[in-house]
Amino acid sequence: MANSPSDSATPKGEPWVWFTSLGLIVGLTMVVGLLGLVMVNGFAVFWAPEVPTVKLVDGTTHIGQLAQRRIRPGSPASDPRYERQYQVGLREVNGGSYVWVDEKKISQESIEPAVLGLERMENGPAFVVPVALVDSQGIRIPAGEGKFFPALEAEVRHAGEIREQLNDINRGQIGEVNAEMESLRIAQRRAEDRREPTQAIVERLAKLDARFAELKAAGDKVAAGISATRLEVRDASGRALTLPVASLVRAWEPNRMTFGQRVGLFFGRLREFLLDEPREANTEGGLMPAIFGTLVMTVFMSLLVTPFGVIAAIYLREYAKDGPVLRAVRICVNNLAGVPSIVFGVFGLGFFVYVLGGSLDRIFFADQLKYNNNTPVLGTGGLLWCSLTLALMTLPVVIVATEEALSAVPRGMREASLAAGASKWQTIRDILLPASAPGILTGVILAMARGAGEVAPLMLVGVVKLAPTLPVDGLAPFLHLDRKFMHLGFHIFDLGFQSPDSDAARPMVFATTLLLIVLVVCLNLGAITIRNRLRARFKGASF
Amino acid sequence: MPATMNPTTSRIQVRPATEKEGRKDYISIRDFNFYYGAKKALESISLDVPERRVVAFIGPSGCGKSTLLRNLNRMNDLVDGIRHEGDITINGRSIYDPGLEVISLRRRVGMVFQKSNPFPKSIYENVVYALRVMGVRDRAILDEACETSLRKAALWDEVKDRLQDSALGLSGGQMQRLCIARAIANRPEILLMDEPCSALDPIATGKIEELIHELKEQFTIVIVTHSMQQAARVSDRTAFFYLGKLIEYDTTEKIFMNPSQAQTEAYISGRFG
Ligand SMILES: Nc1ncnc2c1ncn2[C@@H]1O[C@H](COP(=O)(O)OP(=O)(O)OP(=O)(O)O)[C@@H](O)[C@H]1O
Ligand SMILES: [Mg+2]
Repeated sequence: MANSPSDSATPKGEPWVWFTSLGLIVGLTMVVGLLGLVMVNGFAVFWAPEVPTVKLVDGTTHIGQLAQRRIRPGSPASDPRYERQYQVGLREVNGGSYVWVDEKKISQESIEPAVLGLERMENGPAFVVPVALVDSQGIRIPAGEGKFFPALEAEVRHAGEIREQLNDINRGQIGEVNAEMESLRIAQRRAEDRREPTQAIVERLAKLDARFAELKAAGDKVAAGISATRLEVRDASGRALTLPVASLVRAWEPNRMTFGQRVGLFFGRLREFLLDEPREANTEGGLMPAIFGTLVMTVFMSLLVTPFGVIAAIYLREYAKDGPVLRAVRICVNNLAGVPSIVFGVFGLGFFVYVLGGSLDRIFFADQLKYNNNTPVLGTGGLLWCSLTLALMTLPVVIVATEEALSAVPRGMREASLAAGASKWQTIRDILLPASAPGILTGVILAMARGAGEVAPLMLVGVVKLAPTLPVDGLAPFLHLDRKFMHLGFHIFDLGFQSPDSDAARPMVFATTLLLIVLVVCLNLGAITIRNRLRARFKGASF
Repeated sequence: MPATMNPTTSRIQVRPATEKEGRKDYISIRDFNFYYGAKKALESISLDVPERRVVAFIGPSGCGKSTLLRNLNRMNDLVDGIRHEGDITINGRSIYDPGLEVISLRRRVGMVFQKSNPFPKSIYENVVYALRVMGVRDRAILDEACETSLRKAALWDEVKDRLQDSALGLSGGQMQRLCIARAIANRPEILLMDEPCSALDPIATGKIEELIHELKEQFTIVIVTHSMQQAARVSDRTAFFYLGKLIEYDTTEKIFMNPSQAQTEAYISGRFG
């Protein structure tokens, strides 16, 4: 029966369907797993769970948020023993923010309603039992009273407002004055050197000095409003501690909150994450400068790479004569796409920063170099060089995509244009480029996706851990191409591997990764929408 | 006017030649050989196209009709590895004259292709494209040219309300008429048509044949066609090609009524091809 007709009628390709679909399933599982892991861990950062009080058999007590649970290293597989990691906070007292606890040694675990969660300007979070709020006149509001938590929240909000005002004065207005003074001093030194009158400069400097003093006084006045109110608390072991409310960023009652309040806190933290600046060696606070830096860099890179890539592709496809040279150039361009990105970083540093930047400095900023202690302007890493380096790196992607798009334009269209008496250039400009725009944009999308996630070359040519200023601001010329900037990709690397407290940084690594993925997806979606619009315009070209 | 448009009819009606006389050898092809790489596509072709007349190229597929037509406006220059011998002159001047720019040649010699090839632009922009690339900016001139060309191509009534819509939204036949409008918008002296009606219905075909009659007053027209009826209806002279050679070239009347070559006779009567 082995050779029955029905057997031989079985389609021969059937096993391959299973085999190929298996490949797809493996790929999909990995992608979904990665996204799931990043999303669960990333969003968990913003969620405030209940905070248990854990008593151990040896008498110690911990108050903290469960961070993870795992099998104890070295415990037998047949009878696994688990241990838990709690984020207990109060780094200055506990010596670290996290503790590991053997599950077998837990004698009692309870949810104490009084527990208070605090985010602080320094030393990370704290989980404590509140005692009382004491203001500068010594008036106490004991923790048991109903008005205690609202009063604490009001104080924390007030402290935040004052910090914001101070920041505005110190970083914003004083920053502007400083920038102008800086350039005036250079002008003054130059004028003195050339024996030109410095009268006007000195007058202006005096005015700025006065303005500086004014701002300083304004700052002091605001600082005087800093609340002297203290929060008296007890830590897990019952020790009394006093925390100034001015150092608090946020307070919440993890064990009394309703679900709605937890959701509110979640979005509050998410907002801070997206819109604020980082604190505490980047392990807390927001990522606004890094998001902004990544966006500006990626957009600027796309603006650089698109014209260069398209022009090069037009030459290769439309003007260059086919031959061994052209084929060699094509192979080189394709190989360029496979060169490791760090190589581009080294090239960017060696050529763009030192050679190009150095020469530009000598030509255009000779004064600055001479009168400002040889501080380079363009001869150091910055946004411009980062964008250029990545543009160079992604150039082959755009060239290849554009060439393909150009060659996909139907021959009839090209012939019709030439037959109408158009020159070659008119045909390219009026017919070929518009018709291949969707294909070109596909290339730009790929280039953006690759550029936005790149870290290694950027570390060499201008990305920093903490940039004092954004690359775009209100000071002329508004877009500061020479400035160093922060980048999400580098931020992940920095948090994960350079952070003093890797446990504290871990959740932020996931949150930042999630953000980077979302950002790249958003950039791509934007470009894809534009491309689809263009496509719709040319639909029906092949009826 | 064609008495019948039914392609299956065996009756062939021949139009009488028009009275007006122009230059007899307006387009003059002399001992023309043409090669695609090593392949010889045309062999010692010599023929004259009189001014303001319609000449039809007929012959079986692959015999070189399109190749010859595309040489008249040097469209074959786009193909790699081509070579030619002999000469083609238009109004006494060689089209291979180094002093003559290909662009100005193509502005004088319009072309309609077998497969319609509208640009992915609006109907209006398609029609005025040739004027735009010549640098015409004046809106009034463009509008005027657009309307006249579309009217001549028998498309005006169908598209006058949607000139700004994409040309790719037209039907196949409308697209072809749009391409004809585009080819005549800058009033070339010569119009080359490579099977312009192969995608059209009998009514549109009739309109285009009518258009050819009208255009003949001003333009010299060379048309490639596979339809004997069409060749008979629209042309004054007909050239029959076979395997890259010009077998017979004479007045259409003579070719269809009394061909001198046996091959021509056989092709016309449908006994081979
Ligand atoms: N670009 C090209 N490269 C090489 N050979 C070509 C090319 N175009 C045409 N040929 C060859 O030249 C010969 C003539 O082709 P041509 O297109 O002129 O034929 P045709 O008479 O127009 O045929 P049809 O009626 O099918 O359109 C054919 O044998 C064809 O294979
Ligand atoms: Mg042909």
